[in-house]
Amino acid sequence: MESLASAIVELILAVGAMALLMVGVFSGSSAFKTVSLLSIGVLVIAILGAATLPTSTVVTYGGLFVVDGFAAFNKILILLGSALALVMSIDYLRKENLARFEFAILVLLATLGMTMMVSANNLIALYLGIELQSLALYVLAAINRDSSKATEAGLKYFVLGALSSGMLLYGSSLIYGFSGSLEFSDIMAAAAASDDTSFGLLFGLVFLLAGLAFKISAAPFHMWTPDVYEGAPTPVTAFFAGAPKVAAMALLIRVLFDAIPGLMNDWQQIIIFLAMASMAVGAFFALVQTNIKRLMAFSSISHVGFALIGLSSADQAGVGSVLIYLSIYLVMNIGTFALILSMRRKEGMAEDISDLAGLGRTRPAMALYLAVFLFSLAGIPPLAGFFGKFFVLMQAINAGHITLAIFGVIMSVIGAFYYLRIFKIMYFDAPVAEFDVGPSRALNIVSSATAVLVVAYALWPTLLNNAAMAAAGTLF
Amino acid sequence: MILHALTFYLFAAIAVAAGFMVISSRNPVHSVLYLILAFFTSAALFVLMAAEFLAMIMLIVYIGAVAVLFLFVVMMLDINFVELRKGFLQYLPIGALIGVILAIELIFIVGTWTFGGDTTLVAATAQPMVIEGGNTEAIGRVLYTDYVYAFQAAGIILLVAMIGAIVLTHRSRPGVKKQNITEQVHRSPTEAVELRDIPPGQGI
Repeated sequence: MESLASAIVELILAVGAMALLMVGVFSGSSAFKTVSLLSIGVLVIAILGAATLPTSTVVTYGGLFVVDGFAAFNKILILLGSALALVMSIDYLRKENLARFEFAILVLLATLGMTMMVSANNLIALYLGIELQSLALYVLAAINRDSSKATEAGLKYFVLGALSSGMLLYGSSLIYGFSGSLEFSDIMAAAAASDDTSFGLLFGLVFLLAGLAFKISAAPFHMWTPDVYEGAPTPVTAFFAGAPKVAAMALLIRVLFDAIPGLMNDWQQIIIFLAMASMAVGAFFALVQTNIKRLMAFSSISHVGFALIGLSSADQAGVGSVLIYLSIYLVMNIGTFALILSMRRKEGMAEDISDLAGLGRTRPAMALYLAVFLFSLAGIPPLAGFFGKFFVLMQAINAGHITLAIFGVIMSVIGAFYYLRIFKIMYFDAPVAEFDVGPSRALNIVSSATAVLVVAYALWPTLLNNAAMAAAGTLF
Repeated sequence: MILHALTFYLFAAIAVAAGFMVISSRNPVHSVLYLILAFFTSAALFVLMAAEFLAMIMLIVYIGAVAVLFLFVVMMLDINFVELRKGFLQYLPIGALIGVILAIELIFIVGTWTFGGDTTLVAATAQPMVIEGGNTEAIGRVLYTDYVYAFQAAGIILLVAMIGAIVLTHRSRPGVKKQNITEQVHRSPTEAVELRDIPPGQGI
């Protein structure tokens, strides 16, 4: 019973996905809307299920599966991200003739993979979760199979994803060989048992981290991100930029603090390098982008870099700051993509930054919302994005990584340039053709709700902060 | 013991010979058949090692599915294998080089194993457990108990693969002529047969 109750979220998602698959197969042409709406329902039920999860650590299924406050927090975040991405996708998919009910099923199954990643307590469970999530994401990237761009994105994602899985497995097998166990707690014990770190274990760790860095698209493992984000249909991109990032980051944190805290001095250097490289790549490459989806890809790379700064302190407050950063990032990102999905003219979607010219005059409300998100992404107070950056940078300073903190601030300033450039294009450039197709009600609700959250965070920051710190506390 | 060794060398020799024939036979269908022979003898080698579960999986998966799939592909695709084979010999030097390197590595491994003397490392690694009823039963005992989570997760991954393949390749084509038995049975003579009065010498 305990094992069933601890896996309640996974059970709801798996049973829901399979039941809806049946509904979709047998209900003919009307399947898309029914299945999509029911999938959102399943995700909402799963959120309620996640709220009942125990906050103390419970290990079940023969040590393969763990639930604690950290897992519950991240599961709620992931489910929320997936549900909002689905809400935003329905209207787009119908207009672009992509209305296939399998879309929602694949989102559900990918979400199942993500929740399994968050609860992994064993290298096998880790790999199975990652593969389940990735496989569903590869298909989603290529779901617009008649577009050569989308199929290219799917194929590229698949090939590079397989490469990263190979690195991950290679690292895992080395770790298994040198620690004698697949379970995180045993690996920790084996690493602590010997005084000098085993070289083989360290070697495996590097490969494992490289595989995980690919999944969070941290530089220098970010090559796939811009192409996949640009090629995939926009709601799929919105989904990619949110929940999977949270899941992979949570998994990385779980591995670092549950399996190899003993090797902290070694992995800290790797994390700091990944953070600096990601921030730099995200900031500099975004400067020259003209496509807004590509820009968001580089923006997400730089945000991953900032989130990694929080891990450099390697303590509870550090993990808590990462969770706060991820929550805020998820909300900002969904809001921004809701507005990108609203960039629609009669002849189709607009994706170029120049299409936004004069938006301040033609569509003042949309421009205002986008401005709020851009300022928040850039980290300008008093919006939520500022506090996210503030907390992680504080952690770096507290841990004595002053160079890292200064580097982060400089990259943040460079990053602010390209966000503000969009602001300038919206408000000070001559208007181009108006977006004459109004966004659907779902998009309006999502963008305004997320905008309110981004603004209101500064009023009640403790709500999120306390939850994140408590969640981080269960790891230590 | 001598019988055991003899059987091993018999199957090992067949496996190596079959492997050689896979790359050297002219007809690609023959190549696939030799591949099946190589798989089969490898399965026999697994049985000799008391790994009967692996042997059966080898038979079912590699011969039953993979090799048959190869055969289909070879027979259905119009690939000019003679063209592919052109310049085959020019790879011989590099192939031979890799073979020599592999042989040297094997000699090193066997050499340290035999003459290294330090067996503590080997002893420290987990020893295979001897289980009543063979390893099929042993796997069956833990598959649905200790590893039920991983097993079910693997099942869902296969489900995703299936959905993905259908989503990315299935097309519903209109105008395909399919037999509908109910429709055929329910045809009445009035709509199936039409009687025309044809005036003589004119035709329809």
